[in-house]
Amino acid sequence: MSKKVASQNKAPENLLIALKEAQTRFGCLPQEIMLELAESLDVPLNDVYGVASFYSFLTIRPPGRNVIRICKSLPCYLQDCQVIIETLQKEIGIRPGQTTPDGRFSFQLTNCIGLCDRAPAMLINSDPHVELTPRKISQILPKYK
Amino acid sequence: MPQARVVLKNCGIIDPRSISTYRDRDGFKALEKARREMTPEEVIAEIKQSGLRGRGGAGFPCGIKWEGAKNSPGDEKYVICNADEGEVGTFKDRYIIENDPFTLVEGLAIAGYAIGARQGYIYLRTEYHYLLDLLQGAINQARKSGFLDGFDIEVREGAGAYICGEESALMESIEGKRGEVRYRPPFPTVAGLWRKPTTINNVETLMNIPQIVLNGGGWYAKMGTERSKGTKVFSVSGDVAKPGVYELVLGSPLRELVEELAGARDVKLIQIGGATGRIIPYELVDTPLAFENILGAGAVTVFNKKRDVLDIVYRTMEFLAEESCGKCTPCRQGTEVMVEILQRFCQGEGAERDIKVMETLSETMMLSSLCGLGQAAPFAVTDTLKYFRGDYEGRIRRN
Repeated sequence: MSKKVASQNKAPENLLIALKEAQTRFGCLPQEIMLELAESLDVPLNDVYGVASFYSFLTIRPPGRNVIRICKSLPCYLQDCQVIIETLQKEIGIRPGQTTPDGRFSFQLTNCIGLCDRAPAMLINSDPHVELTPRKISQILPKYK
Repeated sequence: MPQARVVLKNCGIIDPRSISTYRDRDGFKALEKARREMTPEEVIAEIKQSGLRGRGGAGFPCGIKWEGAKNSPGDEKYVICNADEGEVGTFKDRYIIENDPFTLVEGLAIAGYAIGARQGYIYLRTEYHYLLDLLQGAINQARKSGFLDGFDIEVREGAGAYICGEESALMESIEGKRGEVRYRPPFPTVAGLWRKPTTINNVETLMNIPQIVLNGGGWYAKMGTERSKGTKVFSVSGDVAKPGVYELVLGSPLRELVEELAGARDVKLIQIGGATGRIIPYELVDTPLAFENILGAGAVTVFNKKRDVLDIVYRTMEFLAEESCGKCTPCRQGTEVMVEILQRFCQGEGAERDIKVMETLSETMMLSSLCGLGQAAPFAVTDTLKYFRGDYEGRIRRN
């Protein structure tokens, strides 16, 4: 997987862009990728790790093929996101912060995703899903393999 | 006071994927007028006369910001649009980009002309990745039609960090670093992105620019109150019948927004400005929405009488503790200590001295935090201690 990481981005200011690109290609940011980026961008490895661990959408450990982020902030909480969270836990059998054994789903709770007018809401990968109900959850999940 | 459509003028009317539908509604006429008939100084004079203040929450006068960047020495300058709205309960910028990305592009191009920047950035939160194609499409169409000659716009996506909505953290993030806030001074107008003079404006602020240029600052300044001109777009959510985006002339009473428009009933309190905002008890529902009272970025979250005050404050503080960038001690540690105390109150395990501790800690955080997050983090606590003190006292364990 090496050598081609961020080959067009040789400047330190491209670190965040390069990390995002690498994550898109490899799914996560393991140590060997970070080492490579440190070298190719001329940034201390420490700083590469610093940036990789700062942002909640960057991940060092491999996530599932589909990342589910249910919003837990107040507007979604007021529309009973707890029920959605419990439904999802039952449907896929994992708790927030975990990945299913088959690698199909990772599940996280997230802070406000700006869909408060259509709460409760979640993102699966980059797709917004709104006005969630337990029934809707079971209709949405089969679309993600 | 009436509803008005200045910022949302084109929303629901134009096709956000088609520049021709935008041009049918005077689209890009303001940019042409600015470039052909006005000097940068004249553009800035109109913005100053309009009284437009920043819509991201801080309310800094837009014209003065632009003038500062224009007058800072240097040939290399930048304009940035802050589309990283992450404040709890805010979704107006999402609605604006979904419905009218062209006005935003035009407003940013006018800003670039006024301060003498050749490069603009739109920093879009990654949670809005699904808007990227639409926004990029609007930029591409504007470029193809020649409206971005001599000025280009690049969209930069965030990677999931509330703090990057803070302007100095945002610039750190564009520079590829951790989104940690900078010490100020120097301010961005002197040393911003890549340490060059930079203006950074909220999406909604820039949405106002084309109409101010077309109709004049005097026209705009007729709307609103003495210190809050124009309109404001509010994001209303929570215990309301009709959550959504509403645009009102500044100075309109809060009651009009939450009861008449959004259909709230049995209101206990309203949080205005999200997690770093203020908490207003229902008794003050006639307060005018303006910078001189309460406004923030216009997030309005309504809570009915069944809601528990301590639960609301605890969840607000938990959010802030998670999103603190960790650079300064009062914010990093202060939010954590608050969470710990509030959690005990939620469980009915508060101690008598906790209230005093929270009051002292609030003062310390407000005075000594590095940025708006830490400075405003205690508001939910101090406001509810003021208006709902009995709710705290009822949770003190007495034995």
